[in-house]
Amino acid sequence: MSAVDLVPGAGAPIVPAPSPSPSTGSWPRRIARAVRGMPLQAKVGAGILLFLVLLAILAPLIAPYGQNQLDFANLLAGPSGRHWFGTDAEGRDVFSRTLYALRLDLAIILFVTYIPLPIGVLVGAAAGWYGGVVDAIVARIADVMIAFPFMVLVIAVIAIVGPGVEGVLIGVPIVAWALYARLARSEMLVMREQPFMLATKALGYTDRRAILRHAIPNLMRAALIYSTLDMVVNLLLLASLAYLGLGAQPPNAELGSIIADGQNTLLSAWWVATLPGLVVVLFGIGAGLLGDGLSDGRRHGGSV
Amino acid sequence: MLIYLIRRVALAVVVLFGLMIATFLIIHLVPGDPVRAVIGGNAPPAEINRIRDQLGLNQPLLTQFWHYVSHTFQGHLGQSYSLGIPVGQAIDGRIGPSAALICYALLLSVLIGFPLAIYAALHPNGLFDNIIRLGTTFMFAMPAFWLGLLLALVFGLELHWLPTSGYSGGVGGLLRTLLLPALTLGLPLATVVVRTLRSSLLEVLGSDYIDAARSRGLSMRRIVTRHALRNAVMNTLTVLSVNIGFLIGGTLVVEQVFQIPGMGSLLFGAVEKRDYQLVQAISLLAGSAVVLASLAADLLQAALDPRVRLGGR
Repeated sequence: MSAVDLVPGAGAPIVPAPSPSPSTGSWPRRIARAVRGMPLQAKVGAGILLFLVLLAILAPLIAPYGQNQLDFANLLAGPSGRHWFGTDAEGRDVFSRTLYALRLDLAIILFVTYIPLPIGVLVGAAAGWYGGVVDAIVARIADVMIAFPFMVLVIAVIAIVGPGVEGVLIGVPIVAWALYARLARSEMLVMREQPFMLATKALGYTDRRAILRHAIPNLMRAALIYSTLDMVVNLLLLASLAYLGLGAQPPNAELGSIIADGQNTLLSAWWVATLPGLVVVLFGIGAGLLGDGLSDGRRHGGSV
Repeated sequence: MLIYLIRRVALAVVVLFGLMIATFLIIHLVPGDPVRAVIGGNAPPAEINRIRDQLGLNQPLLTQFWHYVSHTFQGHLGQSYSLGIPVGQAIDGRIGPSAALICYALLLSVLIGFPLAIYAALHPNGLFDNIIRLGTTFMFAMPAFWLGLLLALVFGLELHWLPTSGYSGGVGGLLRTLLLPALTLGLPLATVVVRTLRSSLLEVLGSDYIDAARSRGLSMRRIVTRHALRNAVMNTLTVLSVNIGFLIGGTLVVEQVFQIPGMGSLLFGAVEKRDYQLVQAISLLAGSAVVLASLAADLLQAALDPRVRLGGR
């Protein structure tokens, strides 16, 4: 506010300097602005995730060897310039296998995280908006889904459809929508009393318009922040299932199955089991930093 | 208290019933035929039909569900056809090690988590506080089985301090053989405890009644243990009960890492043999454990905190 504004004028309203609103401009500019506004923590996290996603997308170009290319001259060779992560008991390059596994795993977790998200938010928003019986039913169903130990439910699905990624693709969304529904519902219960949502009623907007156009855009933030943690949970689940041999079947490798392969040679060749695990940890740290940073920014009123 | 008790128990019953519906639907609606899976795809149709009849799979869904519910309430969980014994009998010997492991992990997480949280809350933003923050981020990102392998590698295979597999009875044997697996499960949980308890403690320590206690000249130790902790511990209790589900899932996997003969190997054997009755029973059992744990946590909280039971939330 400049000194000029404080001079009592001829009753002219004080107009604040126009500042760029977060919802104007072309998409690249909006994204660039959003990234600039993020706390450092979130930037580092986003950087790590971007790096891993690029590695996964470019896996066929980057990987020095095929994922099942055998090299009998170099069985259980330690990490070196030729084999960054060493080789396993069959002489396969662990680094190349890790890249391909990352590619498969990231594709799966993006699917099982971001397909249920909009569904859950929509259901939760409707439950919170209408209240009453609809709300009670949705809340109880969500309670049941969340009460289930996630892993047990997915394993039960795998028992029926058989080992492979289908079990995860079916089993995770069965539960995951409920997490987002619960989150969106509790936010909606607060939001529907706020002036801008009361205004939609006063203006006679349809429920559909009030929910889809006015509530959902505001509910998405919390859901997207939560999704960064959900991705990690899903990756850990996926890795656990693959470790147990219930994930993708050979010739495809998952991060968990590479680690399982390395378990037998843990003492003589530590790199097979440990280094792919570090990639999982790196992803989790990236997503954790991004999620923490974004929710801190949100708490302090910064734009996300 | 009574009204709260009744309402909370009723809610648990509703959720338990919902769990029965969910386990039933998962087995019956997920694409894939359990019978065909068991006896192979190219069995004669008449044979498949005979087994379907025998298992009651040709009856209407509602009738099947009714049988499932009434049998479960009579304590009859079905017949495991891969083991050839009743499901209850199959579970009987396996549930002990798993339950012991879960309790041990919970105990370790509290024993490790509480002192760290109190120290971090008394020295906010210090070096130690930041190390804990870093540690929680790291722990959260770690797959349980991978942490288990690392612990086994360092403390078992390199240092030879602890056994890396197997299970022996008796309190001493239990504490020793389950220490590494319990640490594997307990360490990530401890970081959750530290995070939650630290932030609630910080909040409580900033309140007026703590200032009052301080101005009366009470020692910091007494303020924390007698006044602050009692209020701060509520959130931690809730968070621990929410994490029981993850703990159960983690137990199944970690048991495999350390070759403990618990529910994990029973479940994975059942999955391999497509023994869906056994899978269904174990799922229901695991879900019920979570519901009962959260019920217990809520009732404990109500007993400790009058605001909960009188609030009538």
